[in-house]
Amino acid sequence: MVDIVVWFFILGVIAKIGKSDLRLPEALYESLSIYLLLAIGLKGGTELSRQPVAALLPQVGALVAFGFAVPLVLYPLFRALRFDQANSASLGAHYGSVSVVTFAVVSSQLARLALPVESHAALWVAVMEAPGLIAGTLVARWALGANPGPGPRTQLRWTQLAHDLLFGKSVLLLAGGLLIGAFAGDAGVGPIKAVFVTPFKGVLAIFLLELGLVAGARLLTLRGDAVKLILIGVLLPPVLGTCGVLLGQALQLTVGGMAVVGTLAASASYIAAPVAMRQAVPEADPAISITAALGVTFPFNLLVGIPFYIWLAQQVHSP
Amino acid sequence: MTEKFPKKLLVIITEAALEKPLTDLARSAGAHGHTVHDVRGAGQYGEREGSWEADRSIELKIVCSEAVANQIASEAMARYAANFGLTMFFADVEVLRPNKY
Repeated sequence: MVDIVVWFFILGVIAKIGKSDLRLPEALYESLSIYLLLAIGLKGGTELSRQPVAALLPQVGALVAFGFAVPLVLYPLFRALRFDQANSASLGAHYGSVSVVTFAVVSSQLARLALPVESHAALWVAVMEAPGLIAGTLVARWALGANPGPGPRTQLRWTQLAHDLLFGKSVLLLAGGLLIGAFAGDAGVGPIKAVFVTPFKGVLAIFLLELGLVAGARLLTLRGDAVKLILIGVLLPPVLGTCGVLLGQALQLTVGGMAVVGTLAASASYIAAPVAMRQAVPEADPAISITAALGVTFPFNLLVGIPFYIWLAQQVHSP
Repeated sequence: MTEKFPKKLLVIITEAALEKPLTDLARSAGAHGHTVHDVRGAGQYGEREGSWEADRSIELKIVCSEAVANQIASEAMARYAANFGLTMFFADVEVLRPNKY
C-alpha cells in the first residue's frame, strides 16, 4: 500500500496538470525544506551519538565510491543515447547524487512496515550527496576539454564549486543537524523533539504537495527528448536500486538498511544537483536533467521504486 | 530647484545562479552598489515560476555611469549569454547624488 504522504504528491501533480491556481509561497517551500533537512540530520545524529564512528567508515567509504562511480558509468550510456557531452555529464551527476525527500519517504514506509533500519541512515544521505556531483563535473571538464563545442569556454572555479557543495543548503543542514544531534544526544534533543520529530511526517506531506506541483510542471514541459527522458527516468532507478540493495547486502546491513541504500542509489538529486551543475557545467541544459530527475524518476520511485527496493531487500536478505 | 545628474540604469533579468557572479562583476567594473529582486516570468528558456531552487530568477538593478554599465553588460554577454537566460536593458535616469553611483 502506498504511504499516505505519496498521495499528497499525487494531489500536487493533479493540481498542476489540471491547471489549478494552487501555488505554495516560495517562502513556505524554503522553510519546509530547511525543516526537513535539519530534522533528518538531527534524528540521524542522535542515533550516531550511540555508536563508535570508526565502525561506520567502511560503509561511508563504499557509499562515497558508489556515488562517485555512477556518473562515470552512466556517461557512455547517455552519450550512446545522443545526449551531448555536457548534458550526459550533468545527467550522470544528478543520478550520482541523492534525493533527501525520497530518503524521507522510504524511511517513513519502513517505519510503517516495522522493518528494522540502521538508525544512522541519515549519515548515508549526507555523504552520498556530493561525490556524484564532483564526478559529474570532472567528466564534463574532461569531455569538454578534449572536444570543446561552440561558444565561449567556461572557466570552472573549483574553490567556488567546493564551497557551494560544502556550504550548500542541503549538505550544510544535514551535516549540521547530524553533528548537533550527535553532540547533544537524546537528552539534548529531547526539548526540541516536539518541533523536529513529532510533526515530521505532516510537514513531509505538505512538502510533497509542493513537489507534486513542481514535478507536474516538468511533465507539462516534456519536449523533443520526452521519450528518452521517460525511458531513462523509469529504467535507470531499478537498475541502480538493485545495485544499491546488493551493496547494502555486501555491507551486511539490515533489510531496511539495504532498502534505504537501494533507494538512495536509485534516487536522483533535484535540490543540490541542479544548482551545482548550473555553476559547474553551465553548457548543460538544466531542463533535461531536472525533467528526468524530478519529473520522471522521483514519482517513479515514490510509486513503484520504493516498494520494489523494499521487496528486493527482503528477498536477498539472509538472516 | 533641486539639481539632478544623469546616470544609466542597467537592468539584468537572469537566473538566480548568476547573482553572485554578476554582482562580483559589477563591483569589479566600478559599480558602487546594486539592488536585487526575486522575480518570475517566461522567455525562450520556458516559464520560470521561482517556486524552488533551480527555478529562481532575479532582477538586478545597477545605477552607474554609462561606461561602467557598458562594461558590465558586454562582459555579462560574453560570459553568460550562451548558456543562461539573460535579459538586459538600459535606461536613462536622474539622481540627486552623483558620487553615490
